[in-house]
Parts: sequence; structure tokens; C-alpha cells
Amino acid sequence: MAAEQASMLSQHAFFKGLAPEVIDLVASCAQEIEFSAGQYICHEADQADQFYVLLQGHVALQISSPGRGARTFLTVGAGEVFGVNWLVAPYRWTYDAKALDDTKAVVLNAVCLRHKCEADHDLGFELMKRVMPILIERLHICRIQLLDLYLKQN
Amino acid sequence: MSIIAIHKCSPIDTLDMQQMVPKLARVKSYFSDAPDVSTLEVEMADGVPVNYAPGQFNMLTVFGVGEAAISISGAPNGARLIHTIRDVGAVSHALTRLKPGDLLGLRGPFGIGWPIRAAHSKDVLIVAGGLGLAPLRSVLYHVLSHRVKFGVVTLLYGARQPEDILYQSEIAYWRESCEINVALTVDHADVKWPGRVGVVTQLIDQAKFDPQNTLAMVCGPEVMMRFVAAALVEREIDAENIFLSMERNMKCAIGHCGHCQFGPNFLCRDGPVLSYEKLRPLLKVKEL
Repeated sequence: MAAEQASMLSQHAFFKGLAPEVIDLVASCAQEIEFSAGQYICHEADQADQFYVLLQGHVALQISSPGRGARTFLTVGAGEVFGVNWLVAPYRWTYDAKALDDTKAVVLNAVCLRHKCEADHDLGFELMKRVMPILIERLHICRIQLLDLYLKQN
Repeated sequence: MSIIAIHKCSPIDTLDMQQMVPKLARVKSYFSDAPDVSTLEVEMADGVPVNYAPGQFNMLTVFGVGEAAISISGAPNGARLIHTIRDVGAVSHALTRLKPGDLLGLRGPFGIGWPIRAAHSKDVLIVAGGLGLAPLRSVLYHVLSHRVKFGVVTLLYGARQPEDILYQSEIAYWRESCEINVALTVDHADVKWPGRVGVVTQLIDQAKFDPQNTLAMVCGPEVMMRFVAAALVEREIDAENIFLSMERNMKCAIGHCGHCQFGPNFLCRDGPVLSYEKLRPLLKVKEL
């Protein structure tokens, strides 16, 4: 089974170029998972012990506010990841994630992954190098959204 | 001793004077595209068709209110003069209140539009943000009516929220026709929106085109265009094959008054469409 996950992970953009032995290490924490359209994958404030590597479908990341309901602030799709909250204590989700269509992913057990990263700092550094550009890109997206560029300006 | 440079204005000739006088036009039809955004189809009162190129603009006058530069968003065949207008100021507000049969003034077309001929046999990447889709719709109409002359054609469009997406029925039609690839995103949405949420630069990563043989046309808020152009260069499109439609306060529209000056360019005359190669150093100057 781990060989199957390793094969899926090695083809994913996030893990591209990672040495096979490192992929195997990560794959030992991995499991394939499916969500049907409309299904919630995680909820804000819950324990963030999963890191999702999307293979198929789209997921909406949402925050709800009283009186306004849920608002989607970002969607992610095949080839992308979500759930980097697994890296930083207190390991809590800060948003809800909902499958927009039938979605296939590899879910990585974050507790397992964190232990492996602590034991092998090269692995930890390699994963950090891959997470960091995503965080920077999402921070940039957030800044652009905050500028509200398309807002009517008199 | 100080040296005073005296700028000698070019004389206004008879042709220029003619271009300063609005001709009478009449609203033929009116369509509400989005909250605060309307599309007007106008015809010349004298019945003479107006020929224009995609990306050019007209100066529209509401009598007693004023004049504003509005890009042409229809098919460039002269038969229909279409302008999509956002209600942002006194003139545009008055324009969006016009109804079929109302008279208005029209000068134009003005400016240098999109480099359509240079795009022949190339992949065409159209990136629009917000109302920036309006001047690019002319390009889409042209490309679709001469489809065999172009390679892969892609429209990437970002809007503020789902209800602000322009030309929704046409976009749906373009998507279904499979003549062009279409990807949409919005900055934010409620849970009813089934599409992408994010910014338009994210769509560039997934777009399929041959960077060595692609011509990109970009229109939207300046900040958006800066990041889009940088992302396109990152995808190895040459800066001289990336074109942006710039916006400044157009007044005379014939390169005399200087209101629309952007570095060495008068955007009404030398633009509004200019290559990123030319614009890149100017876009870094915050005061411009």
C-alpha cells in the first residue's frame, strides 16, 4: 500500500524532485482518501493533524462570520496542497475546508510526519522548503485580495 | 544661473480641431451587466459607420455634464458601437442613465489598440481583471471570427465577486464552444459560488501556451497588471510580447493636453496599449 502512496506522491507537484527514499519516508504516513461534493473535510478550531495533497477535484477554504455566513477566501485544486497548520503549534485548523466536487487526495498523518521531521532534520528542512513558497504565495494572494483592486473607486 | 526650458507646444491643425468636435450619436440599446456596470450600444446620428480597432476608445459626451474616455467593447466591424461603462463619476453616472433614443456626443476612435496582426499564428493569452474585460472583448470577438489565424487562445479573468463578472452569458458560450480556453476566479465568494476563489495570477500557472510563441494582452487595475506581467515573464513570455492597456485621465484624446502623460508617452495617442518592454521601467516609478 505504501508503494502506491509513494507513487502518487512522487507524481504530485509538491513532492516533485524529492529523492525516492524520502518519498518512501513520507508515504509511510500517507493514506488515500476521497470526499464527495459538498462534504466538509475539516472545521475551524479542530486539531490539525492532517496535511492534504490534492490529486483530483477542488476544495473551498472558508471562514464563517455572524450575519454573513460562510465566505470562501481561496480554492485549491489538483496539484496543490492545504493544511500547512500541521507544521506549527498549536496545530489547529483556522478555516473550514469543503469539497466543491468529488475530490481525491492523499492525507498525511501530521503526528507521524512531525515525528519523522524531528528525527530527520533533512526531511524537515526539505518539507519546509516546499511549504514556505506556498505560504509566501498565499500571503501575497491575501494582500492582493485585501487591496480590493476591483472595488469601485470614485 | 538657472536655465528655463521652454516646451513648445505643437500647433493644433485643422484635422485636430475636427477631432475635438463631438458628433451626435444615439443610444440604440442598453444592457445592465453587473451592479453599476452597463453596456450601451450607440449609432451615429448621421448613419456613417465608425471603423475602429480592438483596444481603441471613444470620448463620450453627456450634454450638460461632461466628457469621458470609454473603451470600445464590441466587435470591430463598424456595425455596432458598444461601450461598457462603470458608474464611477459624474459623467459615467450620467452615461449609465441614458436610455434608448437618448442623444450623446461622440469623438473617436482614438489611440493605438491591441496588436492583433502580431498575434497571427501565435497562441493568444488574454488576462483581464474586473472591467478590464471590456476592451479585451473586442479582441475575443475578432479572434473568434478569424479563429484559424490564431493558435491556442486562452482567457483568464478575475473579478471581485461572482455577481461582478461581466458578460456572463457570453463567457458561458465561449466555454461551451471550446474555441477558447476560459478560466475564471473571484477574489471572494459566498458558498453558492462553485468556481475558483483567488487572484488571476494563480490562473497563469495552469494555462497552456507556448511561451516562445505567445502574445499576451492584459487589462485591469494597474497593480493587477504589474503582477500579471511579472508572472508571464516568469513563464518565459518575452516582455515585448506582453501588452498592457494603461489608464490615465484622457482629456483631449489627441496628444495635446498632457493629462494622460505617462513618462514619455501620451496614453491617448501613443497608447493606451503599450508593450511591457516599454512600460516596465515606468511602472516602477511610483509618482507616475
